[in-house]
Amino acid sequence: MSLVIHNLHARVAGGQEILRGLNLEVQKGSVHAIMGPNGSGKSTLSKVISGHPDYEVTSGEVLLDGVDVLAMEPDARARAGLFLAFQYPVEIPGVSNANFIRAALQARLKDGEELDAVDYYGDLYKEMDKLEIPRTFTSRSVNEGFSGGEKKRNEVLQMAMLKPAYAILDETDSGLDIDALKVVAAGVNALRSPSVGMLVITHYQRLLDYIAPDVVHVLVGGRIVRSAGPELAYELESKGYDWIKETLTEDAHAVELASV
Amino acid sequence: MSTEVISQIDVDRTRGDFSYPEQHTFDAGTGLTHGTVDYIADVKQEPDWIREFRHKALDVFLSKPMPTHWASKDLENIVFDNIRYYLANSQRPTRSWDEVPDDVKRTFERLGIPEQERKFLAGVEAQFDSEAVYSNMKKALGDEGVIFVGSTEGLKEHPEIFKKWFGKVIPTGDNKFSALNSAVFSGGSFIYVPPGVKVKHPLQAYFRINAENFGQFERTLIIADEGSEVMYMEGCTAPKFETATLHSAVVELVAMKGAKIQYVTVQNWSANVFNLVTKRAIAHEEAEVKWIDCNIGSRLTMKYPGVVLKGRKARGEVLSIALANNGQHQDTGAKMIHAADETTSNVISKSISIGHGRSTYRGQVHIPRHLKGCKNNTECDALLINSTSRTDTYPAITVRGSRNSVQHEASVSQVSAEQIFYMQQRGLSEAQAMSLSVNGFVNDLVREFPMEYSVELKRLIDLEMEGSVG
Repeated sequence: MSLVIHNLHARVAGGQEILRGLNLEVQKGSVHAIMGPNGSGKSTLSKVISGHPDYEVTSGEVLLDGVDVLAMEPDARARAGLFLAFQYPVEIPGVSNANFIRAALQARLKDGEELDAVDYYGDLYKEMDKLEIPRTFTSRSVNEGFSGGEKKRNEVLQMAMLKPAYAILDETDSGLDIDALKVVAAGVNALRSPSVGMLVITHYQRLLDYIAPDVVHVLVGGRIVRSAGPELAYELESKGYDWIKETLTEDAHAVELASV
Repeated sequence: MSTEVISQIDVDRTRGDFSYPEQHTFDAGTGLTHGTVDYIADVKQEPDWIREFRHKALDVFLSKPMPTHWASKDLENIVFDNIRYYLANSQRPTRSWDEVPDDVKRTFERLGIPEQERKFLAGVEAQFDSEAVYSNMKKALGDEGVIFVGSTEGLKEHPEIFKKWFGKVIPTGDNKFSALNSAVFSGGSFIYVPPGVKVKHPLQAYFRINAENFGQFERTLIIADEGSEVMYMEGCTAPKFETATLHSAVVELVAMKGAKIQYVTVQNWSANVFNLVTKRAIAHEEAEVKWIDCNIGSRLTMKYPGVVLKGRKARGEVLSIALANNGQHQDTGAKMIHAADETTSNVISKSISIGHGRSTYRGQVHIPRHLKGCKNNTECDALLINSTSRTDTYPAITVRGSRNSVQHEASVSQVSAEQIFYMQQRGLSEAQAMSLSVNGFVNDLVREFPMEYSVELKRLIDLEMEGSVG
């Protein structure tokens, strides 16, 4: 049981290719981190997997437990168990958080089935408490006027409520001070379980101090160029992305030499 | 549309879109002449003063040109000669639901009328084409002196109150369509609430057009005497016909000193209906009039509920929501005429345009120089769903003198692709996401509505959005 990305090529519709043959497998129960410099395709990857309409897949596959999701609408992918914690969560004026999450859960039920309101609020409050979210939050409009920390906590709350099979966290650490980061990371860690696979996308190693990954991948130029254990993150942190780029140039040089 | 067996009724998802075969006992025929007016007055056995009033109104209607200075050109597509002006089965509404004719009863049962009456209404009137077929009010209200009857019964049984106010808030010649209504009006409600009586539960009227090529011209007059309170709600539906149907009502409200009237409309006309309605209130000293107006459906709606703030400290409010789907034009707004010191008015309008739908806000606020301490607040917000949708705002605010204050805000926003994607990523379909956005947009207004109507409105928005995506 895993999220498999196979030879994925994608671009902004009509534009330059950004993902250029990306391969990745995230097993259920594991946490994979993707690190990479700016412009390497990190955010593109999260959007392509979740079906953002601005992106176009030119070839490759994304399999969710063996099912190809690329032909599915974003909402069908979500209902199939895919969750994206947005780097920039979107405001929805006039729609309360409680109603929004409730509508999302309701959308997962069969026609004619109704969410039990008492159970729902019970679950919601329990998850909110874990994330130190005050009760007044339920009646506020989704992300409207939220601080950076509140927005990210809201993403984790939604993830907790929707119980995805696979979750992608796109730069969840951006815009967070250290206290907010700890709370958010604790929330994410609480959701780690044998039934969830997580893909944590980040620019900085800092987040990985709090959400310890099983595997670290480095994304450069639209491809995974290195995969190793958690120690890779520290190596990157101390040596910088240039180090990877240099080794790549050497590799490319070696490949060129070999092909002559 | 002739269906013989009930099981063959043409129904789609919208609850109002079905019709039963016509069997009218009274039919004024097609077209409008003085003969039509006489037919209506004869059938209704009206007193002479009303017959004269109708004939004069017809002359005014015929002499007045179509409004042209700002009205949509689509008005020219109304062929008055093709319309039927009066259709009825009976001249007297029943007081008991059991006595309502079966086909009519089925219509209203499908629309949920008797159910709502049992649940939360103090009185109900159900109008089918030209006449009320059912009218009932809780006995306790009658004992307190509250009158809630159809306009015909009102003018016959209570002439001393009716005559005093009828046509005084909206004179016949106010506009071409108020003149038309005055000539051929039938049905609508007459309500009188005696001094100090506070009607706790709403009174409701339901207007149903069943016949094709038909014009419905109900006439409503509500008088809330000193210190009294009343809430009136109306719902409107019609089936989808190929040809144009005309709905042209006149609604007059009078709030005496310290009285409060709330008038709630939730209309869900089918896309062939020209909906041209004149609504106005007079608010005397310290009185409050609130119009809550939800315009969904119709081909063209032109409606600008107004309040003439005649007495000191009178207060007027219009809260309106308009939803213009493909091929529809919602031309709505409000009029606030300040005519006394320290009067206040508040207008909040939200419009949603979908596909090629068009919504227009047209407002008029008038505060003359000699007044002091008057306040107006106007907010109009428009939401565009597609790049082809259109919205226009024409707020005409005339405030003279330095002792009055006025505030105006307008905004236009669009449902963004990012918003829809975010909601889809949480598992909502595109239509559900749109619908949630739209409901969010109107949410702060809908909170002001009675519970039953906010639920109804949410359901109608969901239906409209469902049909507009994909």
